[in-house]
Amino acid sequence: MRLPDLIRFARDAAGGAPLRTGLLVLAMSIGVAAVVILTALGDGARRYVMNEFSSLGSNLVIVLPGRSQTGGFNPGNAVTSTPRDLTIADAQALLRAPAVRRLAPLVVGTSEISFGGRLRQVMVAGTTAEYIEVRSLKLAQGRFLAHGDWGRGVAEAVIGARIRDELFGVEPALGRLVRIGDRRFRVVGVMAASGQGLGMNTDELVIVPAALAQAMFNTNTLFRILVEATGREAIEPAKRQIAEIVRLRHDGEEDVTVITQDAVLATFDRLLGTLTLGVAGIAAISLAVAGILVMNVMLVSVTQRTAEIGLLKALGASAGTIRTAFLAEAAMLSLAGALLGYGLGQAGAAIIRQLYPAFPAWPPDWAVIAGLATALLTGILFGVLPARRAARLDPVQALSRR
Amino acid sequence: MTAAASAPLIALAGIERVFRLGDSEVHALRRVDIDIAAGEYVAIMGPSGSGKSTLLNLLGLLDRPDAGTYRLAGRDVTTLSADEQARVRSERIGFVFQSFHLVPRLSAAENIALPMTLAGIAPAERAARVAQALRDYGLENRADHRPDQLSGGQRQRVAIARATIMQPAVILADEPTGNLDRATGDEVVRLLETLNAQGVTLIVVTHDAALGGRARRQLRMEDGSLQHDSARA
Repeated sequence: MRLPDLIRFARDAAGGAPLRTGLLVLAMSIGVAAVVILTALGDGARRYVMNEFSSLGSNLVIVLPGRSQTGGFNPGNAVTSTPRDLTIADAQALLRAPAVRRLAPLVVGTSEISFGGRLRQVMVAGTTAEYIEVRSLKLAQGRFLAHGDWGRGVAEAVIGARIRDELFGVEPALGRLVRIGDRRFRVVGVMAASGQGLGMNTDELVIVPAALAQAMFNTNTLFRILVEATGREAIEPAKRQIAEIVRLRHDGEEDVTVITQDAVLATFDRLLGTLTLGVAGIAAISLAVAGILVMNVMLVSVTQRTAEIGLLKALGASAGTIRTAFLAEAAMLSLAGALLGYGLGQAGAAIIRQLYPAFPAWPPDWAVIAGLATALLTGILFGVLPARRAARLDPVQALSRR
Repeated sequence: MTAAASAPLIALAGIERVFRLGDSEVHALRRVDIDIAAGEYVAIMGPSGSGKSTLLNLLGLLDRPDAGTYRLAGRDVTTLSADEQARVRSERIGFVFQSFHLVPRLSAAENIALPMTLAGIAPAERAARVAQALRDYGLENRADHRPDQLSGGQRQRVAIARATIMQPAVILADEPTGNLDRATGDEVVRLLETLNAQGVTLIVVTHDAALGGRARRQLRMEDGSLQHDSARA
């Protein structure tokens, strides 16, 4: 049989049973659409996290007190413990490293902020004037913390956009005195609204000088030191120099963990990439189910068309021709389902992007290709058994069936 | 034909066909020997269960004998593979069935073209031959009608057109008038006889004595054996 004839024959045969064909195409399209949409969600989550981490700042090296055993970074060893403090003096000492452009120590705790009878829980970040540059943040109003001695601090605070709205409403916030914990601070600046953010959202953050935060939380140690290297290629030297300086200052003991932004990014990339893969696998199960449906529908088709198969044999069709015709039908139905599902999936992903503009829900190319290929492959694979059954029918018995 | 003029078109020798139904064996055909020359008009008659349909299926290569040899145009076709037999069916044998066996979703023209489509003949030649067949069988204005839009006589004419489109040497007709009224039946028989007059070997299975009587040679089957052959009587 010629290829165009084969395709036309299979198309007509499929068109002869619209309900059966429609159900099969629908099942296959749901499977493919599930793959497209779920991988769009998974990969969207990965891109979203990547974007958020990239916006932390550039060429960042992060110093944590305590030593983790593994070389790489994983979220579990972000929480470390050590008997020796990582102090503001340590942070200042790191400025001697040639690969370091600037750095900002960070102390974090929760406290209460109150103004004019209004009170709320806030996250307090104690840091220095360099923080805004290291993190590449933007101010909406006023100024950031003043440069000065890191060991002391003026009672000034920079508040997040959301805190400003909740505490002051339409009133001006700059120059007002607020109470944070049991101390009074003067508001000197308001951070620009950053919208979404991971972990520490500056919208709900109050930033005060590091020394005052340490006093407030009664601690000597720093939560982090955020270091900006002089360039991308200086990240590794900076890491080594930082480790060396801290080791010298801590009686020869390496009791800090130095991680780079790239390492964190790579880890999350891997983590969320694996998640996407897993989600794609789950979606692929629906494709396998659709494949079984293809088999079922084709078996019914063979049974219903027994007399026709007998006739085709009588008219000189070889077993191979009949097998090919049924396989072509299964493949065409799978292809139609796959294409429809692709369209549905892309439409679904587009709707998600419309509803959540911050979320880049684009299905990755590999998932789309794998989804379409799997659909076609399962369709053909599960079409083999019915096709073989059709080809093996005894023509005499097949013809006697009406 | 390729065989020498003296050799018969169809030569059956010692054909046996046994069906096993549970523990019992049913001898559908017992040592059947028949020679049919090219261009003959043969009726196979007998009561139901006499083995005449089994014989027709064997002649059409839809079934294999358990013993004996079947030579078609001098070639032993019993030992051919299934695909080779399909090829022989395609090129040499045309079937006409009692219940027409048209493909319901295909138009009359497509049904007629089906054997050529299966054989992979080029569309242009197919179209030309189908157009000729539609003219020959008076179906020109029924070309695009599907079988359920045709009368019984028209359906059987489509089926005959399909059986002859590959220009076979043999036409096997199984009760070709069984589902038709007397007038249309006669029309169909005359059509088949015209083909025979043009040189096609025509083998008709029937239990209708009137139809069988029109053939130049009658074979009477009974209980799996050939009881009477008018050519030898």
